[in-house]
Amino acid sequence: MDKDDNTTKERREFLRLLGGAVALGGAAFGLNALIGEAIASVAAVPSEPAIAGYDWTKHRWAFAVAGERCIGCLRCVEACKLENDVALDPNHFRTWVERYAYLEGAREPRIDSQSDPRDVAAAGSGGEYRFDDRYRDAQVDQAFFVPKLCNQCEHPPCVEVCPTGATFKARDGVVLIDQTYCIGCQYCVQACPYGARYLDPRKGVADKCTWCYHRITKGLEPACVEICPTHARIFGDLNDPEAEVSRFIRSRRVEVLKPETGNGPQVFYTGINKDVS
Amino acid sequence: MTPDLFAHAAPYVGYVYPNETVIPWSLLIVVYPYITGLVAGAFIVSSLYHVFGMQQFRPIARFALLTALCFLLFAPLSLLIHLGRPERALHAVLTPHWTSAMAAFGYIALFYLVVLALEIWFAFRADIVAMARSARGALRPFYRALTLGSDDVSPNALAWDHSWARALAIIGIPSAAGLHGYVGFIFGSLKSREWWSSDLMPIIFLLSAIVSGVALLAILYVAVWKARRVELERDCLGGLAKVMWAFLTVTLVVEALEYVEMFYRAREGIGTIEHLIEGPLRSGLLIQALCSVVAFAVLSALVARKTPGARDVGWLVFSASLLMIAVLAMRWNVVIGGQELSKTMKGLLTYRPELLGREGILTSLFLLFGPLFALWLLARLLPPWLPPRAASV
Repeated sequence: MDKDDNTTKERREFLRLLGGAVALGGAAFGLNALIGEAIASVAAVPSEPAIAGYDWTKHRWAFAVAGERCIGCLRCVEACKLENDVALDPNHFRTWVERYAYLEGAREPRIDSQSDPRDVAAAGSGGEYRFDDRYRDAQVDQAFFVPKLCNQCEHPPCVEVCPTGATFKARDGVVLIDQTYCIGCQYCVQACPYGARYLDPRKGVADKCTWCYHRITKGLEPACVEICPTHARIFGDLNDPEAEVSRFIRSRRVEVLKPETGNGPQVFYTGINKDVS
Repeated sequence: MTPDLFAHAAPYVGYVYPNETVIPWSLLIVVYPYITGLVAGAFIVSSLYHVFGMQQFRPIARFALLTALCFLLFAPLSLLIHLGRPERALHAVLTPHWTSAMAAFGYIALFYLVVLALEIWFAFRADIVAMARSARGALRPFYRALTLGSDDVSPNALAWDHSWARALAIIGIPSAAGLHGYVGFIFGSLKSREWWSSDLMPIIFLLSAIVSGVALLAILYVAVWKARRVELERDCLGGLAKVMWAFLTVTLVVEALEYVEMFYRAREGIGTIEHLIEGPLRSGLLIQALCSVVAFAVLSALVARKTPGARDVGWLVFSASLLMIAVLAMRWNVVIGGQELSKTMKGLLTYRPELLGREGILTSLFLLFGPLFALWLLARLLPPWLPPRAASV
């Protein structure tokens, strides 16, 4: 009898504890579901910025780069820095240009950008941009320039990792940053595989290319597009099938950078090769 | 002119994206996972007694809880100082963006802090009540407040304390593991960084965390008990050596797997990874590897020998110190190494910490040694020592 009593007691206690554990697990599960719902609701696009006469549901912006047209003059970098108040140093860029040079007999390209110390020295200061003529006496098999900027990804990892939601994807496709809400943790800087983001040292918040959102919402082109002397940068609205960017993407064999990330980059390139990433 | 322009930029070889010349996560983010790791490890030691009933850890079980709390209080500080806009830190807690691996950090850390604080309260309640009765001056109201109005120290009440402390310790284990595995996830889940992007990252973080936390406790146990002129208990020392050895073994295996897999898969850019290992990260990896292997050898000998030797305490502290250095080096190698490898996979950067400045070496030293000062203070307010007799019971 005694033994049975003990067994019953033990059973009761075990069941009580099991109940507690199940309740705890249930609570955790509930919390999980709640978080799932929260993710679904928060991941939705935040309210539209108040821009007079602009409806962000009416546009789907896209950017194309005709790499073969770029001459590496870097006017785009200069225009971007001035238009968007980017620090005039060699370490912060919303857009930049890369130079690829295949020397005779070499298997790998030599790559530099305008922020390479030798190019900065050639330009004379951190606020001016120029490629030096280091290959003047070299035998070059092939060389080209590649303009880079934010890819405004379809599935932006920078937005995914932002702990406050300060950065978000607008309905028109552009990834924006609410710099009054950013805490400056730089998780987004880490998450961007293209190196498009940086911490603005003067404001303590993240910054990046917005395709000149303040201009495109007024019907203007991004500063880099407007200034490009060879029309290597093409910008427009995919909702308009006759827009130049739509025709360019439709008629040319375009590529995107690092498609394997699954981010769905929205800058479409021609005139690049396997070494560009 | 040019050298000045690049004074604050990380020097590089090969090709790196222009924005990469400023390293986003610097020394403080090396310190942060190190500190949380110590929390997790110290907590595990206390749980070995409270949950697993390993009596040899009884002398340090409560001391381990206080250690965990002190380090936990400093962990968020390193994140806070690192933020570009620290005054907005609460945005991440008040309006969390749930898709972010970072968003839940505040909640998980807070939950763990509450569990830890409660466990400490139950573990110390009888002492607090006693001190509220005997303390003089300003301390009296302090202890009285700390009792939270519960001054029942009947055997029945003490049994309740004990079972509550145990229950909290049981909840605390997954919390501690979760908190630190989560830190590893913040790094491991980023597909943009080849050096971080690994499923093993949270596991490596967690295991090495436990190693470092147990090592810290071993050092503190010997140092503090010697300073107090209290005899060290052989069982406790032996237990610490065994726990350290066991977790170190698994850590080393998993870390080795990580490297072997990386080189066996040999994905695009593996050549640059080789240059990283031979270049900017060479000293860091050497320190980590040498310290781990020597500590492993010493600990293996300590665990294997049947009759304890006279100098075992010295060897234990020696290997524990090596492990604390090894794990700190591991944090550096992960956090800094990941950013020294350019996202282009065609170039390498070199990060050099600054001495002064917000994220400099001095701040890091403050964050690393601050918890020890806090522990000294807290141990005076809530002495975790057992009565000399009770220890042998």
